[in-house]
Amino acid sequence: MLHEWLYLVIFLAISMFIPAIAIGMAALLSPKKPAPIKNSIYECGIETYGPTKIQFKAQYYLYAILFLVFDVETVFLFPFAVAYNKLLLFAVVEVIIFVIILGAGLAYAWRRGALEWS
Amino acid sequence: MSFIADPVSFITNWLNSLLSGWGIPDMWVQFIMFIIGAGLLAFGAMIFTIGLIWLERKLGGRIQDRIGPNRIGPWGVFQPIADMLKIFTKEYITPIGADILLYNLAPILAMAAVLGLWAVIPLSSTAYGTNINVGALYLIGIGAIGELGIILAGFSSNNKYALLGGYRAVAQLLSYEVPMAITLLIPVMFAGSMGLNDIAGAQKVAFIFQAPVAALIFFIAGIAENGRAPFDLMEADSEIVAGYNIEYSGLKFGMYYVADFLHAFTSALLFATIFLGGWRGPGAEQYPILGFVYLFVKTAVVYLLTVTIRFTVPRLRIDQVMAFNWKYLTPLALATLLVTALVDKIAPAGQGLLRIILLLVANVLLFLLADRLVTLYRKNHQKLRKVVSEFRPVPVTIRPSVAADEPEVQS
Amino acid sequence: MTVMQLIFLLNAAVTIIAGIMMSRVRRLLHAALWLVLALFGVAVTFGLLEASFLAIVQVVVYIGAIAILILFAIMLTRGGTDDTYDNSKRWIISLVVALIALGGILLALFTWPQGQALTTPLTAAQQDIGAIGIALLDPEGYLIPFEISSILLLAALVGSIYVGIEHKGEEK
Repeated sequence: MLHEWLYLVIFLAISMFIPAIAIGMAALLSPKKPAPIKNSIYECGIETYGPTKIQFKAQYYLYAILFLVFDVETVFLFPFAVAYNKLLLFAVVEVIIFVIILGAGLAYAWRRGALEWS
Repeated sequence: MSFIADPVSFITNWLNSLLSGWGIPDMWVQFIMFIIGAGLLAFGAMIFTIGLIWLERKLGGRIQDRIGPNRIGPWGVFQPIADMLKIFTKEYITPIGADILLYNLAPILAMAAVLGLWAVIPLSSTAYGTNINVGALYLIGIGAIGELGIILAGFSSNNKYALLGGYRAVAQLLSYEVPMAITLLIPVMFAGSMGLNDIAGAQKVAFIFQAPVAALIFFIAGIAENGRAPFDLMEADSEIVAGYNIEYSGLKFGMYYVADFLHAFTSALLFATIFLGGWRGPGAEQYPILGFVYLFVKTAVVYLLTVTIRFTVPRLRIDQVMAFNWKYLTPLALATLLVTALVDKIAPAGQGLLRIILLLVANVLLFLLADRLVTLYRKNHQKLRKVVSEFRPVPVTIRPSVAADEPEVQS
Repeated sequence: MTVMQLIFLLNAAVTIIAGIMMSRVRRLLHAALWLVLALFGVAVTFGLLEASFLAIVQVVVYIGAIAILILFAIMLTRGGTDDTYDNSKRWIISLVVALIALGGILLALFTWPQGQALTTPLTAAQQDIGAIGIALLDPEGYLIPFEISSILLLAALVGSIYVGIEHKGEEK
């Protein structure tokens, strides 16, 4: 089985290598004329106004937390899915309890307005 | 005959015997074969994108009642090559204060995230990159690497619009990973294994008939993961000045463009493998080249559907995108998972017709129930809006005393 | 030295260097990215031990969810993206503590009877992910931890939502 992972590593290395080579080739072929007005930050055609790093809303963090919780839940359910054909109905009931507990979490988030893009 | 029936195995065996014949030890032969195979697959996927760009632009033009590219070459087939030549020779304008290493790494990561998907897809019964036994989770992991690339691009550009665009793009991608991962559980349940080869091989009856709601959710989440219309606002030209790749020019921007088109085709390929039966079809086991043709036809159907949706449907706003995911798709995906798990255990064992009909009925009922709930929810919310914006006409008359109020020069 | 040993040493070097760089760089964001590289090294270690499920879960959960969460948290914190962190005074204490911890782990490893055994390729039955599934849902197996983990996730979700949303009448 290890040779399958080796193929994957080689494939990922090659798939990072080919775009790098292409970008390098284009760097050789393209002109290089840096000028201060060209290299300045784009802000709809006017000069940069104010500090560049802005404060962002906490809503993004809430979406990331929701994604984390549901991602971990799905990862827990994958072994169940693989072993599904050998399991009894009792196991399915256990998984239903598992999913309902986390569905209650989603319902709490919904009621609290954490899902709104304000 | 064996070459026509199974070209990939034939060439593999021939190369194997050639390299062993030169006296190279076994492990190195395998290593070299891996490098050649991976290189051919990755390079072939990138070259294939050129034809894909032409196809999409032509189709888009036709749907929008115009001709599309038709100047360069017959029917404009050389248009993408001309575009490529142009993009290769554009100057790289690096913004001031950009983090040089991260700024250059981001487009490479974006491309690697899409190409990495091709490694696990079974192209026929004998031609596949690798058959790792966790293929389904690998799809989600590679999506995560792509999201990392987008955050890097947004942050390293030293531009607040790129940063904002990067946050919104990653928020959208993260959100749509959830229903995609949950609906991936259902084919894994049916096939009893996470490997994509096993999922493709276990479909005597295609999984789309056994889990249509899951297939629909996977399809929609795939379009959203890709960033195509109607979930377009990651790179839409009229939104927030083109998003997280504002400060990229030349081939670095071209990489994002190519990754976008290739991802659309790869999503269609994945959908065809997981839900439509992949390379399966009459005679695909004896003649693997037929398997390749079946897969290509199925993928083309799904891809054309994606392109049609792209050029037909208007763009959604970011709050609509998020609400659609967290309030409809995720609960529906969870419900589908539970219903399918329950019904499949209750139904008689084996791939019998009764089980498939039971699953179909359960799915249809679930979908209708979800539809009913959405209608109820919308009615509740619409009632509120009606009270707020009630229109009460106010009478307006023109009174002559207004004109008489003007001060007169002579009293 | 076999190829496996070579790959393992390379991977170990990358992971350790990523860990050291993570604690030494000035910008917090770069530290988070070195952390991603260290986590990737751990995933490769799992892969080398033929625990393919754990390797892929490491990538999906740690790099795909937790690292992105850390990046969002850094960007959300005021001053998180600044360059003014001064870490030149406390590194001796942390080095001593880390060395003591390393000494403890090495002691435990070398007194463990299996510590010197070589890895053998796993049999097909040992690679079966279905076995994890059956064990997770077995009442005499790990069912109780399985259900408790869902309650733990629920608690984490509710807690972070309560802290994160804007309460009416309070300052953000």
